[in-house]
Amino acid sequence: MRIALFITCVNDTLFPRTGWAVVRLLERLGHEVVFPEAQTCCGQMHYNTGYRREAQRLAVGFVRTFADADVVLAPSGSCAGMVRDNYPRLGEPGSRLEAAVAEVAPRVLDLSELLVDVLEVTDVGAYFPHTVTYHPTCHGLRLLRLGDRPQRLLRAVRGLELVELEGAAECCGFGGTFAVKNAAVSAAMGSDKARHVAHTGAEVLCAVDNSCLMHIGGTLSRQRAGVQVLHLAEILASTEEEPASP
Amino acid sequence: MSATFMGMPAFPEAARAATGDAQLRHNLRKATRTIRDKRAAVVEELDDWAGLRAAGAAIKNRTLRHLDTYLERLEEAVTAAGGTVHWAADAAEANAVVTDLVRATGHDEVVKVKSMATQEIELNEALAEAGITAYETDLAELIVQLGDDTPSHILVPAIHRNRSEIREIFRAKMAEWGVPAPDGLTDDPRALAEAARTHLREKFLTTRVAVSGANFAVADTGTMVVLESEGNGRMCLTLPETLISVVGIEKIVPTWADLEVFLQLLPRSSTGERMNPYTSTWTGVTPGDGPQEFHLVLLDNGRTDTLADQVGRQALRCIRCSACLNICPVYERTGGHAYGSVYPGPIGAILTPQLRGTASEIDASLPYASSLCGACYEVCPVAIDIPEVLVHLRERVTEGGGHAAERTAMAAAGWVLEDRRRLTLAQRAAAKARGLVPRRLPGPGAAWTDTRDVPDIPAESFRDQWRRRESGAPGRNERKKRGGRR
Amino acid sequence: MSASREHVLARVRAALADVPRDEKPEDVTVPDDYARSHDQGEPIGLLVDRLEDYKAVVHRVGAADLPAAVASAMAWRNTHRVVVPADLPADWTSQTATRTVAGDELDIDELDAVDGVITGCAVAIAETGTIVLDGGAGQGRRAVTLIPDYHLCVVRADQVVAGVPEAVARLDPRRPLTWISGPSATSDIELDRVEGVHGPRTLEVIIVE
Repeated sequence: MRIALFITCVNDTLFPRTGWAVVRLLERLGHEVVFPEAQTCCGQMHYNTGYRREAQRLAVGFVRTFADADVVLAPSGSCAGMVRDNYPRLGEPGSRLEAAVAEVAPRVLDLSELLVDVLEVTDVGAYFPHTVTYHPTCHGLRLLRLGDRPQRLLRAVRGLELVELEGAAECCGFGGTFAVKNAAVSAAMGSDKARHVAHTGAEVLCAVDNSCLMHIGGTLSRQRAGVQVLHLAEILASTEEEPASP
Repeated sequence: MSATFMGMPAFPEAARAATGDAQLRHNLRKATRTIRDKRAAVVEELDDWAGLRAAGAAIKNRTLRHLDTYLERLEEAVTAAGGTVHWAADAAEANAVVTDLVRATGHDEVVKVKSMATQEIELNEALAEAGITAYETDLAELIVQLGDDTPSHILVPAIHRNRSEIREIFRAKMAEWGVPAPDGLTDDPRALAEAARTHLREKFLTTRVAVSGANFAVADTGTMVVLESEGNGRMCLTLPETLISVVGIEKIVPTWADLEVFLQLLPRSSTGERMNPYTSTWTGVTPGDGPQEFHLVLLDNGRTDTLADQVGRQALRCIRCSACLNICPVYERTGGHAYGSVYPGPIGAILTPQLRGTASEIDASLPYASSLCGACYEVCPVAIDIPEVLVHLRERVTEGGGHAAERTAMAAAGWVLEDRRRLTLAQRAAAKARGLVPRRLPGPGAAWTDTRDVPDIPAESFRDQWRRRESGAPGRNERKKRGGRR
Repeated sequence: MSASREHVLARVRAALADVPRDEKPEDVTVPDDYARSHDQGEPIGLLVDRLEDYKAVVHRVGAADLPAAVASAMAWRNTHRVVVPADLPADWTSQTATRTVAGDELDIDELDAVDGVITGCAVAIAETGTIVLDGGAGQGRRAVTLIPDYHLCVVRADQVVAGVPEAVARLDPRRPLTWISGPSATSDIELDRVEGVHGPRTLEVIIVE
């Protein structure tokens, strides 16, 4: 299958290795990954902060860039959620944007949806001999309704031990500009999340969103908790020959 | 609304102070978690919760889209049943109506059933100015009133107080208002409840005028509905000669049969019980049973402004259960006072700025008092999409000219992100400066680095690496086994 | 006053400018495919379970044994004087030694001086453990079941329904209704539940089958 990668601006700029993990994984499974170079950003930060016009312009760019793609993979639960859940609110009724969104948005998937629902695979042949706990990000949980897809993928990884995270469904406190606008509350939430993660005794915290991982990981790192954070794609791309480092 | 809450700092500032209060954090954590678990268990019990929730939302939508029809129908039914209906466009009008009604009875004391609407209009203060004393009779409201405090939760207004604080308030203040606290009062909740019983019983048995709100007002029958637990509501609704109910115009349900939905949704969502201990319903006056004079005051006070907003309108579906407060990770850490309104938590963050507007600093900050995690929407028994309304109100704030510096930065970011060439250049500039990023950032960035490390910026963006791979040239980071530390 | 009425109604209508003029309330569809009851078990057993969960005291008796059950409850509570609605069936209290006073004749202070109250009910809801009084036969006016500290309520098996919708359908909204689910309670102090605040602190229920 030919899969268009929407890397997302955060991954593009700060976490290219997540992008390469996706490419390695999908190519290993026999699929073709294309990267439409006109892509930029889904506009989530603008939309969520109240800058609708900027978000609309970015949405126009997105639907134009991915108009011809059969399936668009966004390795970020919140960006996929932005397109699927919020883009339909951005186009004025009867507008070209509204029509284009109705076409494109349903084809935008998170990695676990692509693997489990479209490619119908849960054992991706990965090897990762470490203890892992999983944080089901808010947008993955409540917008995309990923359910246990990520956990099913993780459980099928050879050598991986998945441990439960207390208070898993609770927000980590990132929330985009919330982390800066309400820094004290964001930090208090992040600190509680980091404490729960540390309590699991896991070596690695996994999620489908690098933004949340940046926040929780930054807190864990500041607290010298000794827990590393990895995007789901990096664990699933990991093999004996090319292991991901915890 | 709101002399009491005027001069409140914006949410972030009040929240920062609250997150530093260890006792408050402990009280809130314990209380919200207890009630959250109870709610989950009793909601789980009903296999058709999703259907009930959809019905609840639809009934309220039907009401709101035809509110003029239902208001007139309600007025007609209440009048036919022997009640009198009054209309109030704002708090001042409502307070004047109630004050005049109380004066007309010749009494200068009223007992009150916990009511959000009367808190919103600050009725007690208005009555006090007219020389009328209002006694709050709900235990938590009593604690708040005696402590000269403001409520911090819709359902459990004294959630921020623990038992020893409550004992101190009772010992210090009960005597000023009536029957004093007994000697040797302990901080056992049973003993505290008993002290409240004794203190209030005198008021119940002697006061001739009561003021209440209503959870629901049934348009086709003119029936008022009040849900409560302690029996203070029954006392106020049954024993006095005159009953005055101040009810927001959005509290209407069209028919009596509609209550079959809400009497399932509300108790399970609010107290986490299958049913609250007491529910009273009354229709006008009943000869020989209960108050022989009944006045209904229909209150607008910003509700029609809310109704006019097609996205924000859904906030008027709210049945004040407070499930959204109890699940909210932000509320759990800040408590209710930080929201600067009688409506705290997620529902307050969308209701207050609509009722009051977004002109003041606190009101403009409320739509941002959320990480948009969506937990509130999930538990809302009438499916109010709180995150959607929050974002909508953020648009109103930014379009209203607020946040000038941010507006410039956002426009600049939008300009960069709209075009891949500009984005590429920005990424390359960031990568070049990567060695210069300090562990602690100055300015607004400090909000991040006070508690969190920043990730290392990679030498090359994904798109640059991809282009290299496509052109066959070896990339600097491509397929390297170890990426940067986050 | 009427100026405010017209003002508020005009504001409501202006706010609803987006609603098509020819739309009727019924055009807003309300799904009604939710369950009328929830298959949580045989109704009377369920009612007992729910009432006991609220810390109410519950008995199940045959019709012939009701007078003895009432007498035994009165003796156990050590009551001397209880109030009853004037139309309470006389045989219910035929075996108790406790003096009964007709509620209609007592004012608030006198009600405050009795040891308890005995009534029937209009409907009982199994799933929620709720008893509904409507002021009808054997129930008296609302103050009678409110002021005394102990309430003994007799529920006939044919008054028990499974869920809330059936109860709403059976009840007449023109009557003043009191829905009672266990004794008075509060959770206002640290969410610790305390039974017994202002309403009767003890609720005892006899179910007659």
